Amino acid sequence: MFGGIDPGLLIASLMVASVPIILAAIGELVVERAGVLNLGVEGMMIMGAVCGFIASVQTGSAVLGFVGGALGGAALALIFAVLTQFLLANQVASGLALTLFGLGLSSLLGQGFVGIRPPATEALPFGPLAESPFFGRVIFGHDWVVYLSIASVAVAWWVLKSTRLGLILRAVGENHDAAHALGYKVRRIRVLAILFGGAMAGLGGAYVSLVRVPQWTDGITAGAGWIALAIVVFAAWRPWRALIGAYLFGGISVLQLNLQAAGARIPVEYLSMSPYLITIVVLVIMSSGKGKAALNAPANLGQTFHASR
Amino acid sequence: MNRRTLLATAALGLGLAFGGVANAQAMDKAKACFVYVGPIGDLGWSYQHHQGALAVQEAYGDKVEVTWQENVPEGADAERVLTQMALSGCNIIFTTSFGYMDATNAVAAKFPNMKFEHATGYKREQPNVATYNARFYEGRAIQGHIAGKMTKSNKIGYIGSFPIPEVIMGINSYYLHAKKVNPAVELTVVWAFTWFDPAKEADAAKAMIEQGVDVIASHTDSTAPLAEAAKANGAVIGFGQASDMADYKPSPRVSSIIDNWAPYYVKRVGEVLDGTWTQTDVWAGIKDGEVEIGEITDAVPAEVKAEAEAMRDAIAAGTYHPFTGPIKKQDGSDWLAEGAVAPDGDLLGMGFYVEGITADIPK
Amino acid sequence: MLRLEKRPSPSRFWQGMTPVLAVVLTMIAGGVMFAALGKDPVEAIRTIFWDPLFNAQFASYSRPQLLVKAGPLILIAIGLSLGFRAGIWNIGAEGQYIMGALAGAGVGLAFYPAQHWGIFPLMVLAGALGGWVWAMIPAILKTRFNTNEILVSLLMVYIAQNILSSMSLGLLRNPEGGGFPGSRNLSQYPSASNPELIAGTGMHWGVIAAFMAVIAAHILLQRHILGFHIKLAGQAPRAARFAGVNPTGLVLLCMGISGALAGLAGLFEVAGPAGQISIDFNVGYGFTAIIVAFLGRLNPIGILLAGLLMALTYIGGELAQFMLGLPAAAIQAFQGMLLFFLLAVDLLSNYRVRLGAKVEAA
Repeated sequence: MFGGIDPGLLIASLMVASVPIILAAIGELVVERAGVLNLGVEGMMIMGAVCGFIASVQTGSAVLGFVGGALGGAALALIFAVLTQFLLANQVASGLALTLFGLGLSSLLGQGFVGIRPPATEALPFGPLAESPFFGRVIFGHDWVVYLSIASVAVAWWVLKSTRLGLILRAVGENHDAAHALGYKVRRIRVLAILFGGAMAGLGGAYVSLVRVPQWTDGITAGAGWIALAIVVFAAWRPWRALIGAYLFGGISVLQLNLQAAGARIPVEYLSMSPYLITIVVLVIMSSGKGKAALNAPANLGQTFHASR
Repeated sequence: MNRRTLLATAALGLGLAFGGVANAQAMDKAKACFVYVGPIGDLGWSYQHHQGALAVQEAYGDKVEVTWQENVPEGADAERVLTQMALSGCNIIFTTSFGYMDATNAVAAKFPNMKFEHATGYKREQPNVATYNARFYEGRAIQGHIAGKMTKSNKIGYIGSFPIPEVIMGINSYYLHAKKVNPAVELTVVWAFTWFDPAKEADAAKAMIEQGVDVIASHTDSTAPLAEAAKANGAVIGFGQASDMADYKPSPRVSSIIDNWAPYYVKRVGEVLDGTWTQTDVWAGIKDGEVEIGEITDAVPAEVKAEAEAMRDAIAAGTYHPFTGPIKKQDGSDWLAEGAVAPDGDLLGMGFYVEGITADIPK
Repeated sequence: MLRLEKRPSPSRFWQGMTPVLAVVLTMIAGGVMFAALGKDPVEAIRTIFWDPLFNAQFASYSRPQLLVKAGPLILIAIGLSLGFRAGIWNIGAEGQYIMGALAGAGVGLAFYPAQHWGIFPLMVLAGALGGWVWAMIPAILKTRFNTNEILVSLLMVYIAQNILSSMSLGLLRNPEGGGFPGSRNLSQYPSASNPELIAGTGMHWGVIAAFMAVIAAHILLQRHILGFHIKLAGQAPRAARFAGVNPTGLVLLCMGISGALAGLAGLFEVAGPAGQISIDFNVGYGFTAIIVAFLGRLNPIGILLAGLLMALTYIGGELAQFMLGLPAAAIQAFQGMLLFFLLAVDLLSNYRVRLGAKVEAA
């Protein structure tokens, strides 16, 4: 069944395909760990895509493009932060409104940039290492953002698990009243987490418009933000599981196209729904396991915090 | 009998009375309206229709008021948008997506004095509804010829959106003409099962390249497949789709199919102004400039380029039809006899591959 | 320094005034955006909010269309709101909407071309059942395997979309459609159609169902023990367990109701305004309804009003596009602003804004 598909090439392309989802998912994971549910990932991603594209075309630099993308995503996240943290608005509705607003605004901003080719983001020069079989493609054949996406998972894991910052962040997400009583600035921490989430979603969006496609058209992220949201839940709010989830989803998406290209005798209509189906099945298997896999959503996820005393 | 059918009957009566020419009066100023299924900024299907609308404004200046609405979903919303447009006093409304077919006819029944032009459909239930389409398969024939000559691996690819007749027609035309110049050629089709997901198109192109495909045509409108091909440093070529995609010249983009609706739109709005508009069903191609073949670059050898241009000119002159027999269906049964030319009806409802394609059409 | 003080109970005055305030603020902010795009802001605002209701040229048509557009939004939002109140997150109403439409249309088309009064009621049942079944999948996975319903219901939307395209290209394709995708048009098949009941009012069975759902939900939440359980489960899950609320039953019930209502919305839409199954049949009602549910503060009457307001911005936005040449994106951004302001000023009904020094750092 896998005849004719080179596993090295497959792994290399699923790593690239998953980058936008990993970046956005890690951002959202940190936000949710701080107890905030921001459903506006798609909106922040597409703002990142358009701002990144504009920045890189204007400056001629792909790197500055990613900086612009992160800023664009964070700027939109700031609206969400003001609404939910200062004006105490409902988080679910604010997040969905953010997506609506982001889709509209990105299209307005991008009007003059349709049909332009942005500056290229090249693979990092690993020299002869990139020529080696299998590992050359899988480990040494990528652009810097791919490595950044993996590094962001490692850093998020380390910070959440082993640092004071991570401890405070989790405390805020698990019990904001207690955290407040201990003297932590619940609102400030949550605002910073939201901005971080926006910046990461923006980076992911910029990767779509600068590397994956690369061009600007309306609606270019095509739902990747929703998948990132699903991956956070899939991961049970743990960074490495988010990486696994994104690679699983990205891998099946790429694999089904490869199977088509290799002429596999599996009906295409089943193949094209397989990434969603298999993700559900894997989640069911993982969450039905005994004990450990209990779904540890942050206890205060989505709840409004107001210091009444 | 509800209100809609009552009005429809009345309209039919009117249409008969005027012999199909509902209103043969010249006018000084006309309002032309356009409905797009996607955003104008999609750089593909809707973008090209909007270029046609802008050409109408350009051609007639003050004599024509052009308005449009983008992002109109097919179905319930389309009927409302069309009705509101008609109420605003449009003289002619261009509905530019297949899914507007029933809505166009329903609204046309309520506004018998207005002209409706529906792209890519076949229903003309009212005398004030005309249909138009473009023979994109003519462009696919030229791409197929270039593909057959240029491929080194003898593997060519095609990224499809959904398995509908329009797309299947393109695949068949592409394959037939590649096969004609290179009998060893094999076709790989990958279905994206979406109209719009540029990142998925990139993955589809990449999957094909990894399978050794070195010429990629796509029926989706983004530049993602070309960008993917560009990474292969000249080993893989592709074509611009819907718009020229000139940024990827001279390679990997070696040619393109450009949807050019401007000539038709300018002509039809002109007929409304003159009062000579009649119900028609137009399926125009290279000859009328509706399907444009973008510049064939120097990445293609001069001799192949000359052949491709000769084919283009033959199609334009009407001396060559891309579907000329003998052609068999995939299952080996006969479709077109020696020298026979495919009837338009067969093409418009095409639900089969031609002989030699190994994959199945998904359901 | 500004300080917020929680009101003991929401202010009646501000509950009524906040939507008005939000609309005014949106008009100002939106006006600035429209002016920046080079359009007359006053005219743009008037076209969006006034013309669909009172413009002589459009109103007689647009006003009933408000009901047509708001109907499915309200119907779905009512179902979702019950679950949201109980802390059950069904965000896959879009998929349930699709499956309801497929099941209902499938039943109708199976009888084609027979004429019988019983066909449409059967389709309604099938539509509700289709949505219900699709919602039961995440519900059962949750109760049986503790699988997160947010994820499953969301991913089921994509699967439903794939089934939809497969159906419109295969099983349900119109055999007389010349190979084109899409089913027969149900509005041209009287026994299976959901027509406008009284000409010029926009009322069809879906709108009536939406009104009935509003009333039923209102009674359920105000008068029925079940409504009390739902509210209790959301506000104090532990207390709910002591009060004898069965969490498994509640998940199945809330997911089932929201799925069935979303399925009904899909059926009424496919048999009425949309007319047929096609690849692009769904247009995001299932997601917009989540916004409507929260805008209406999960309250049935609030949802009714929120649905109508959303419908107004859609229809007014369409008018603004082709009358004034505003891009669709500007309308989308404008809707986003309206939602932001509605959500933001809600603060005033629950909190008092006080001037003065902070008692303790917030």
